[in-house]
Amino acid sequence: MAFISSGYNPDKPMEDRITDIGPRKYDEFYPPVIAKNKGKWLYHEYIRTGVYVHVAESGDEVYSIRCGGARLMTTSHIREICEIADKYCDGHVRWTTRNNVEFLVDGKDRVQPLIDDLESRKFSGGSYKFPIGGTGAGITNIIHTQGWLHCHTPATDASGPVKAVMDDLFEYFQSHKLPAHLRVSLACCLNMCGAVHCSDIAILGYHRKPPMLDHEYMDKMCEIPLAIAACPTGAIKPAKVELPNGKEVKSVSVNESRCMFCGNCYTMCPSMPLADQEGDGIVLMAGGKVSNRISAPKFSKVVVAFIPNEPPRWPTTVKTIRKMVEAYEQGANKYERLGEWAERIGWERFFEKCDLEFTHHLIDDFRDPAYFTWRQTSQFKF
Amino acid sequence: MKHETPLLDQLETGPWPSFVSDLKQEAEKRAKNEEGTEFQIPVDVVDDLIGVLELSYKHGCTHWKHGGIVGVFGYGGGVIGRYCDQPEMFPGVAHFHTLRVNQPAGHFYTTKYLRELCDLWDFRGSGVTNMHGSTGDIIFIGTTTKQLEEIFYEMTHKLDQDLGGSGSNLRTPSDCIGQARCEFACYDTQDLCYELTQEYQDELHRPAFPYKFKFKFDGCPNCCVASIARADLSFIGTWRDDIKIDQEVVQAYMGGEIAPNGGAHKDRDWGPFDIQKEVIDRCPTKCMWMDGKELKIDNKECTRCMHCINVMPRALRIGNDRGVTILAGAKAPILDGAQMGSLLVPFMKVEPPYDEIKEKVIEPIWDWWMEEGKNRERLGELMKRQGFQKLLEVTGFDPDPRMIQEPRSNPYVFWKEEEVPGGWSRDINEFRKQHQR
Repeated sequence: MAFISSGYNPDKPMEDRITDIGPRKYDEFYPPVIAKNKGKWLYHEYIRTGVYVHVAESGDEVYSIRCGGARLMTTSHIREICEIADKYCDGHVRWTTRNNVEFLVDGKDRVQPLIDDLESRKFSGGSYKFPIGGTGAGITNIIHTQGWLHCHTPATDASGPVKAVMDDLFEYFQSHKLPAHLRVSLACCLNMCGAVHCSDIAILGYHRKPPMLDHEYMDKMCEIPLAIAACPTGAIKPAKVELPNGKEVKSVSVNESRCMFCGNCYTMCPSMPLADQEGDGIVLMAGGKVSNRISAPKFSKVVVAFIPNEPPRWPTTVKTIRKMVEAYEQGANKYERLGEWAERIGWERFFEKCDLEFTHHLIDDFRDPAYFTWRQTSQFKF
Repeated sequence: MKHETPLLDQLETGPWPSFVSDLKQEAEKRAKNEEGTEFQIPVDVVDDLIGVLELSYKHGCTHWKHGGIVGVFGYGGGVIGRYCDQPEMFPGVAHFHTLRVNQPAGHFYTTKYLRELCDLWDFRGSGVTNMHGSTGDIIFIGTTTKQLEEIFYEMTHKLDQDLGGSGSNLRTPSDCIGQARCEFACYDTQDLCYELTQEYQDELHRPAFPYKFKFKFDGCPNCCVASIARADLSFIGTWRDDIKIDQEVVQAYMGGEIAPNGGAHKDRDWGPFDIQKEVIDRCPTKCMWMDGKELKIDNKECTRCMHCINVMPRALRIGNDRGVTILAGAKAPILDGAQMGSLLVPFMKVEPPYDEIKEKVIEPIWDWWMEEGKNRERLGELMKRQGFQKLLEVTGFDPDPRMIQEPRSNPYVFWKEEEVPGGWSRDINEFRKQHQR
């Protein structure tokens, strides 16, 4: 493994430096049928789940074949996508905002051979490489974060629970049988890089133990004022601590009853780790949406306060999500999103229909907005 | 394989694409190295990544530490440092930093370009990516500190490609597919996304903000890129004239000749299409009705929720006088609860070079936030702390009932002195002439 220089000279970093050029321009990557008909599309129609056609004013058609995929993707897999796109799509391919891969072709006769090829490709363990689906009134890919694969504050894994949940919900990925589309998202800690807080069903990693304090190393490894400032609830204070050997060191103390388990202190200070096998697990939230269709966008609500991490396949999480999806499938009206259904039938009925336990953790007690979630009417259902 | 992975192996079965199988094929590819690549980071990097992940599955927690400050010269963002907390067991991933690579708007690619990215990442990195990260970037997962400048040099010199944002700066803007392939798009999301990304390169690469700042561009109120939930400035396409109706096609929908909602419900028997039940009664403003065989819309009362257009895309089309609605201050829950974007600009035309958006919206808001925002305070939190009136004051927009859900239910108005005739300076002695002590 000999070092090969790119041409960069570390002694003269500014020599020939190119900066601030931004991304490649979008239109150099458009397939010709897109470039020609941009802004002139008339309508779209699903041929089957995962396959749809857009028709332009010119009469041109573009068929999109949508495939699920792990957002974690190796160059081997991307090169296989390229091979397919070269063979069927004149070297063009795109991704959706929810990590699906879309192959676009400009004629109906080009669709079936592509579908046949995509459906024939499997990984060595037997899973599909390119399952077709994820459109319409069904469940598309789960957007998610890094989890144990690459993050320092996760309370659960991301890719593993996503794989387990999508395996279970696969029938909904490949059908249009729900009342409306149902968006599932996962964020592996409450900082929510994935912004899952407006999803029909959100899977959220959560810690439940305050940080441990590595007093001996605190002042050596951390800027203590930064760790204090990082705490959103002001739970961390400077403290002088006597080590077992009698030496007094500068450290911090944590007001544990104020800890909200976000891990921001650990981000600033490696001497404050909080992850824990028993403490960490999953919160389920439900009923959010981002679309303005019919009703305004909504936040997801916490409906299950805690499920332990159960690697490798998170069976309780998977089962609980299925209960919600099936209750929604049976109970909601056509076009009604999960949150709209819950609001129509009432949350008391939602817990009953989904067979979920209602515990005190689900009543908001975090600051002022909590009051607005308590019931201020005599109207309720028995 | 280098490490035994009995737990991860259980994630190879089932229909959904297995990331474990994919990682294993990558590990094998590197071990065989049929292309004869001069790998610049350890050959067994992916083996060790699988190994450390298996250990996390066993221990029920992560084995990554937050990195120190790593990056490329002159930029404060684009690279996230990452180190393994078991470097002796997994030396291949001891240093395993992430690069954010600014994606092309709309996530369209040519295979030529994708292969160039793959070649670079196989040669100087792990070959593991996210397509794409939550914000929209292409994510390169895992390389060593020494390779960062080399990757940046090759990326800028050979691929004409820059890094994305991280830290307290403008995060990589992202958009929906927009007019490229959607009949609902009310403006060119890709062009606005690209132009603002280029205009604000300095803000994107050099953290000078109190915290992160996100732009997202949705072509219509369906909000496929979720701007209203997560962007500090959310640009949602809309129109202010009439929905275009093709009455013949309405009849075709009613006659069952065309599947409603583009066929999005066709795997279940919902009965024959009922325009009254499925469209007219579900309209949130009840501004539609059938007049004989004609569908009528009182467009003045329409709030453009998209439902009728989504259900009958061949019969109903967005209006022609198009622009954006701009909302400010959305963010995920940390800290004081989640915030949706709040409506600041009901309607603005979207015309290149987008000076009105830059000069009347983005820049005054940044000036205010950079002056007044506390460390790690998002725009939405500053809006809550200083009030919506302050946002109006700094941007100069006139107050409008379209900006609120409802008027305030408390009368505690912070009147300004100049709003009250005669001002606040009064003479107590004059007062006492009329009112005894």
